[in-house]
Parts: sequence; C-alpha cells; structure tokens
Amino acid sequence: MMLLRPKRDLTMAEAARAPGGARVDHLLVSAMVEPKSRVLDVGCGDGELLKLLEQRGVDGRGIELSREGVNECVAKGLAVIQGDADTDLVDYPDDAFDYVILSQTLQATRRPREVLENMLRIGRRAIVSFPNFGHWRIRLQLLLNGAMPVTDNLPDSWYDSPNIHFCTIKDFREMCEVAGVKMEKSVALNPWGAPLRLNAPWWFWNLFGEQAVFLLSRKR
Amino acid sequence: MVEAQLSVRPESAGHMREADNPQSPVVRFGHDKPLRLDAGVELAPFQIAYQTYGTLNADRSNAILVCHALTGDQHVNNVHPVTDKPGWWDSIIGPGKPIDTERYFVICPNVVGACMGTTGPASTNPVTGKPWGLDFPVITIRDMVRAQAMLLDHLGIEQLFCVAGGSMGGMQVLQWAASYPERVFSALPIATATRHSAQNIAFHEVGRQAVMADPEWRQGRYLVEGANPRRGLAVARMGAHITYLSDAALHRKFGRKFQDRTNPTFSFDADFEVESYLRHQGITFVERFDANSYLYLTRAMDYFDLAADYDGVLAKAFRGTPTRFCVISFTSDWLFPTSDSRAIVHALNAGSARVSFAEIVTDKGHDAFLLEEPELFAIVRGFLGSAGEARGLKAKP
Repeated sequence: MMLLRPKRDLTMAEAARAPGGARVDHLLVSAMVEPKSRVLDVGCGDGELLKLLEQRGVDGRGIELSREGVNECVAKGLAVIQGDADTDLVDYPDDAFDYVILSQTLQATRRPREVLENMLRIGRRAIVSFPNFGHWRIRLQLLLNGAMPVTDNLPDSWYDSPNIHFCTIKDFREMCEVAGVKMEKSVALNPWGAPLRLNAPWWFWNLFGEQAVFLLSRKR
Repeated sequence: MVEAQLSVRPESAGHMREADNPQSPVVRFGHDKPLRLDAGVELAPFQIAYQTYGTLNADRSNAILVCHALTGDQHVNNVHPVTDKPGWWDSIIGPGKPIDTERYFVICPNVVGACMGTTGPASTNPVTGKPWGLDFPVITIRDMVRAQAMLLDHLGIEQLFCVAGGSMGGMQVLQWAASYPERVFSALPIATATRHSAQNIAFHEVGRQAVMADPEWRQGRYLVEGANPRRGLAVARMGAHITYLSDAALHRKFGRKFQDRTNPTFSFDADFEVESYLRHQGITFVERFDANSYLYLTRAMDYFDLAADYDGVLAKAFRGTPTRFCVISFTSDWLFPTSDSRAIVHALNAGSARVSFAEIVTDKGHDAFLLEEPELFAIVRGFLGSAGEARGLKAKP
C-alpha cells in the first residue's frame, strides 16, 4: 500500500494518508466505531474525522477549541460546538454517547486523566490517539541534541507548541491502569502509517510506534 | 436655521391601513378558533397576515418558517408596501441564496401584537368598531408561536423543515422547538436568548417611557383621537438602535465627524453625523410602525423566560428533542451576547440534542444577523444543506 505524506493539516501534524485521501489514523479510529452509533469527537479540528464517520452512518457530534475549526465544521453541516475538552465535558450527561473520541488532542489538554475519565463517563467507550513521545527518533533527538525534539509529526518548537502533556505509549498504559481503564484494542503505527506487528512486545511499540490508537472502556 | 428638536414628517399613516387590510395574504380565525393567550383570555376573532416565497413540495416537507424580530414584519423577501424598501432579509433569502427559495418554501407571518396586518393594538376591535389600543390583551412570545401553529394548521403543513429567526425571531424559534418539537425538523436561532436580561428589559422600559411621555400618546388612545406619538416613538427607536450596533461600528461609521459643516454650531442642532443618522432612524421608523405595537412587542420580549415554564431548568425544555439545532452568535453583539447562546447550547447538550454552535467575528453588533456576513451565509447554507439531506429533500423540488 502506497502512503503519502501531505502538508500539515489543521489538527496538528503531518499525517499519513491512505490512497483514498483519508488519514490512516482516522481510518483506524472509524474502524473501531460500530455503525449507527452515537459519537462525540473531542477536538474535532476541521471535521475531517467526523465527516468520515458520518459517511459511515454514525451520528456524530464534535467539540472544537478554535473558532475557525468550529465555523468550518458547521458550514460543512456537522454538529459541532465551540468548547474546551478540559472544562466543557463535565456538562454532558452520563452515557450520552456510545463512543467519545480524542484524536491527536490528549497531549494538548491540561488534565489528561480528568479528560479521559469524563470521556468514559459520558461515553460507554473512548477512543484515544496520540503521538508517541517514546518513538526512537524523538529519543535520539533528545539524546544527541539535548533539545526538545522537533519532528515532521511534531513540528512546533516547545514555546509555540499547544502540546503541553506529551506522553509515551508506556506512560499512557500506566495512566489507564491507575485510572481503572480497560484497553480493549491497541494499535501502534510506524511513521508511514502502517500498523506495527500485533504480537510485538510493548517496548517494541513504544520504540517504533510513531503514534498509537486505543479503544478503551471502564473496568467493571 | 438650526433645528434642535426632532422634526417628524406629517402623518402618512401608511401602516394604519395595513393594520386591518394588509397588502399580504390573510387568514381570519373566527370565534370557533380563538387564540388562547398566556394572559388568560381568548382573542377572537383574529387574523394573521403572512407572505410566502418559493413552492411547497408534494409531501409538504420543505417549509421554512421565518420569524421576524421586534420591528420586522412579514415582508422578508419583497419590496415593503409602506417604505418601498427591499425585504428585511433579502440578503439571505432568495433564489440561490442560503435560504434558497428554489429549494425551500418560505413562510413569514406578521406576529400577533404587531401592526402590519396580524391582529394587534392598531387593529379594529370588533366589539367597539375602534382600534384596540390598550384594551388589547398583553401577549407573549408563546402566544405568537401558538398563532403561527394555527396558521400552519390552516396551510396544511404538519412539520416545518426549519424555523429560523434572529433576536425576537430567535425567541420564537426556541419557543417553537420547546412547544412543538415534533413539528420542527431543524431550528436556527440567531443572536438570541432563552430569556430577556435585566439590561434588555431596562432598555425596553426607557423606550416605552419615551412613547408614553409624548402627550400625543393620549393614554394609548391616539388612534381614536386622531393623534400620534411620533416624537416619543422616534426617541424610543433612536435609543434602541444604539443597542443594535456596537461602539466599534459606530466609531468606524461616524467617529466624531460633523454633519455638513466644519465647525460646531454651539447649539443643539445635529452637529455630529451620528446624531443626524440616529434622527433619521427615528423619523423613518414612525412612518411604518405603531407606537402601541412597540409597547406590546417589547413587553412580550421582556416576559420571555423559557426555563420558567420548565421548573426553571432550561434543559427540560429540550429533553429528548428530535430537532437539529444551529445556534449562531456574533462577537460584538452586547444585546444578546455569546454567553446567552452558550446557555442555549449548554441546555441542548444536557438534553442530548444535535446542536451546532458558531460564533461569528464581526464588529457590527446585534444587527449583524441582518447584514451581508459571508461566514453567516456559509454556515446557514451548510446547516440547511445537511439537514435537507437528512430530511430527504431533493436539490430542487
């Protein structure tokens, strides 16, 4: 499968795209969502993922921090409101959605754990994707340069970056453990958007996965 | 020759004829179909004047109800019969426009209490044969909506594809969605609120007192006594008009510029452009509007508090609603600020409604909803387009 590396998009970084034009991580996320379900996309950017989900018959809603993103989404006919993942999720009632998605946004929240807990309160399941700060190229940059890494996927300097809570796949697993969150499915992608070997050990994912997607639910 | 006082033109009384015999289609409801008012009385007989644009499709699924604001009327997309000005929402309604009359059937009724053909205080009271004046019962936003529902029953339209409106029109949109959720497929409340704020009530009170302070008002009996409180109404309009703009817009448009002169006259003449502009707004307004209608309609807005009908819990007004909402506010609107729209969105979210919410950046204040705002147009077009797909509307009927 040939994968392209197009220019930066609204959400955060360069992302690998499948031949149809859809982002590989978006395709992965949407494959985790049952058809006909109710979905809230937190930090929905310009609505690309929501549009993909709606094309698959999902009843999708979105929250987006930037006014430009919101207005672009609404003009596309998407049900999106301006809001902040850190402060506005508390307003939603319990079990309002089948899935709550946080796509490439976790690292930009002030309180990632509270956001995740709220997601699993208002949704029966949560889907979280994020850039893995444990990827070998990032580790190597920090080791050799001694400066905060700047990569194709994370192009901002530390002082310009909206990403204030970077974590590794290992870090995220540990938070889920502490927060009583069950990992139902996990996928790590290499820099070309291809999934890593399923039977690979976690340390391998943490070293070679550039980003990760998790399907999560509450522990009983 | 300086002119310190507001000079109003002599009586044209164009709107006085419109009150009973409007240049619009009219539906008359007899004693068998009274309008039950929140004030606890029945209004019968009464009439509703309305305009329509476009064509109703075969399964009657493409009707959009447009609700007008405080001083608007049914002439939303045609030349006004009294002022000869274009329709008040020509910018957004018409063939190929966001509210596309080649695709949708647009209905705009004059609200109860107004003066352009729907029964109001300037209409003739059938019991006395004279204008109602202050004998007209106080009406509410819910009464307006109830009357509109009767009009739609008469027209044979079970469900509206969309109810749209700004300001007081937006209040009607919200009331529609709360009172008749099954009849509203989508709702577009713009620059509005679920309740009138204390500040807004205060502004309205100033306007009403200006009308009533005019000796020509004659305790509301001016139509019977051949008078008209034009100065009072013009002052009310001037005050209100300021609230529809913003400091930035006034500064951009007028600044401290003088009107047709280079130096101040050291008098109370309209030296400044902004004064001249406001006087013009006041003078032209009284040509087309009835002073008592202004009292009644401002009162209806003051009384509006949607949550009060639902134990004070706004979310209950929209619980389980099937309606799709698109809420829009403007950054410089200080009369119905974005926080009011957020309260609507908050309640809709709590009720798990499908809601879009956009705040549009503009310095044009509350009146922005009436103006050429490309972002507003793109959003309305996108919202209606996607709702139309969900409703199964074809591109052209």
